[in-house]
Amino acid sequence: MDMKVAKKKLGLKEKYRTMTRDLGWEPSYHSKEALFPYVGYEGIKIHDWDKWEDPFRLTMDAYWKYQAEKERKFYAIIDAHAQNNGHLNLTDARYLSALKIFLQAISPAEYAAHRGFARVGREFPGVGPQVACQMQAIDEIRHAQTQIHAMSNYNRYYNGFHAFADQRDRIWYTSVARSFFDDSMSAGPFEFMIAIGFSFEYVLTNLLFVPFMSGAAYNGDMATVTFGFSAQSDEARHMTLGLEVIKFILEQDPDNLPIVQAWIDKWFWRGFRVLGLVSTMMDYMLPKRVMSWREAWEIYGVENGGALFKDLARYGIKPPKDWDAAAKSIDHMSHQFMLGLYQWSFGTAFHAWIPSDDDMRWLSAKYPDSFDTYYRPRWEHIKKMAAAGTPFKNYGLAKLCQTCQLPCVFTEPDDPTLTCHRETVYKEHKYHFCSDGCQHVFENEPEKYIQAWLPMPQLFQDPVNGDLGEWMKWVSLLDGKDNGDYASSEDKQNFEAWRGLATTNQ
Amino acid sequence: MPVVAIKEYTATPRDRVENFNGKQIVYASWDRHLLFAAPFLLCLPPETPFGELVKGPLSMLVQPDPDAAAIDWTAVEWLKSNQPWTPDFNASLAANGIGHKDQLRFRTPGLNSLAPAA
Amino acid sequence: MSTVFIALQANEETRPIIEAIEIDNPAAVVNRQPAMVKIDAEGSLVIRKATIEELLGRSFDLQELHINLITLTGHVEEDDDSLTLSWNS
Repeated sequence: MDMKVAKKKLGLKEKYRTMTRDLGWEPSYHSKEALFPYVGYEGIKIHDWDKWEDPFRLTMDAYWKYQAEKERKFYAIIDAHAQNNGHLNLTDARYLSALKIFLQAISPAEYAAHRGFARVGREFPGVGPQVACQMQAIDEIRHAQTQIHAMSNYNRYYNGFHAFADQRDRIWYTSVARSFFDDSMSAGPFEFMIAIGFSFEYVLTNLLFVPFMSGAAYNGDMATVTFGFSAQSDEARHMTLGLEVIKFILEQDPDNLPIVQAWIDKWFWRGFRVLGLVSTMMDYMLPKRVMSWREAWEIYGVENGGALFKDLARYGIKPPKDWDAAAKSIDHMSHQFMLGLYQWSFGTAFHAWIPSDDDMRWLSAKYPDSFDTYYRPRWEHIKKMAAAGTPFKNYGLAKLCQTCQLPCVFTEPDDPTLTCHRETVYKEHKYHFCSDGCQHVFENEPEKYIQAWLPMPQLFQDPVNGDLGEWMKWVSLLDGKDNGDYASSEDKQNFEAWRGLATTNQ
Repeated sequence: MPVVAIKEYTATPRDRVENFNGKQIVYASWDRHLLFAAPFLLCLPPETPFGELVKGPLSMLVQPDPDAAAIDWTAVEWLKSNQPWTPDFNASLAANGIGHKDQLRFRTPGLNSLAPAA
Repeated sequence: MSTVFIALQANEETRPIIEAIEIDNPAAVVNRQPAMVKIDAEGSLVIRKATIEELLGRSFDLQELHINLITLTGHVEEDDDSLTLSWNS
């Protein structure tokens, strides 16, 4: 009689070798150069792809198992949220503006990241990075899908959620995130990895997901906490990949250092700008705030970024060139953005509002060096205008930065009372920037950025030709519903009425 | 620097003046008056007299600032492309040398209701 | 010495993991925030399979950490028995 012999379970390292490295092969009827045509032109020199380490040693079988578990947990909560009128547990419907921005700008960025990682997973010759990038590509599309699915529950009740795909393509503020990913995807595979894998994932995404999702928990939004933490659980793996990539490239050849440093300089600044709006979500849009943007920057920027660049110093890597300019803007950016969003709220598919007296007390406590001196006087004046029945609307469309595509709301690094004006002429054509950082990025690759589709100048070209009503139709913005001040919005009325019904017997 | 690419990389600017149906872009901003979150983007025919740009769209846009009524347009200091500059109010934008996407700035020393005293 | 950290979702599954980390890293600082727990440690932090299994009363695959992981920093070194986070400086 045959005895069943229990197979010896593979150890982690052995399993990783068998199920990842052993999947690779040497091509026999095509040259390696023909199979991987994009891996050389950026100037990065790789001598031995087998030196690539995946510290988690995650293999595809384990990947599917744990991802399935994450999905089950996610849908259990999403179902409970939908079945129990979870939307009425929010602290306040003002909170939804942060979600609308997330849906219109960040979820499509997850999809863009999916495409980018699918591409570089094909373009790298090493089997280690191929598998890691493939997993990340699947993660990113999962993030886009779970986010859209979670937020679709709010679309049944509230405005501004109904046309995120049109708005991803056409509304002005989403071009910031879209152009950021287009920039990275149209670069070579190594630059993409430093841009997204390292600079964005490792250095910056903690600032987006961790305090923001904790904030969602504080504000009663279980749906967002769930997709946020579910996505973030993949992020730890992505960050580790980002750190491995940079170590691998730097250890392969000393000639790689200046190329990598230039990418870090560029992509730190691009990422800092694209995530800037998170400062406003944290300081203004969460009715109950978990920490200020300044506090989040101290933890995840100064402390964590500081430790990272101290560690990378052994390779000769320096902190990003514009790190100090970023640090100087921390006390100002959330206020500068929110003032802009309020005065341009006729053109946004989310609501803005004037901070209450209570909010302003919190802001002056959190920003003792800036709020009362520079920003309170403007808010007080805006409050007076609203009280007089002439709420402030700024119909002068905004000058946008050619590189980051944000409105030029930023001030001189050392003078918060003066707008930062930067311009350059390239091939007899004039270009404007919000900062020295963005000007430098442009000047390093002008042919790339002169193609920028800047939504404000586009408004005066075909097909809209300067007609604001036509523009609203074109971007699927429902005037009087999706846009304007929260104080007079349907979202506010409905939320208060439904919450009243839920908590009384009237 | 050229874009690092697999072959020669050249492109066409997206915001060429030909795309604006006979008009051009002019940016204008009021220094140290940050109630307006960013410089204004105006789209005008190059034949527009400079005085009309000031009396028309620019004066209207700056109304919400408490200093707006006190602006003496004959005394403001102008900058074009960040350099001191004197406009001719009767001449057109083109005759004033204001090109497509030029940035105009103006200063009104002494008017600073919403800014901290310097 | 730079700080490394790991953040986990605050739930029933992570309670014994967090306790195990506290046992194995007596100097670590545990910050309880809304819906998450962030553990900071100077220089390095170790997570041991054996300690978690002892508290959990069942076998535990360290890769199960992925399900409830929010974020971490530092270089990761993982084998069947432990996961270590560290900075080199």
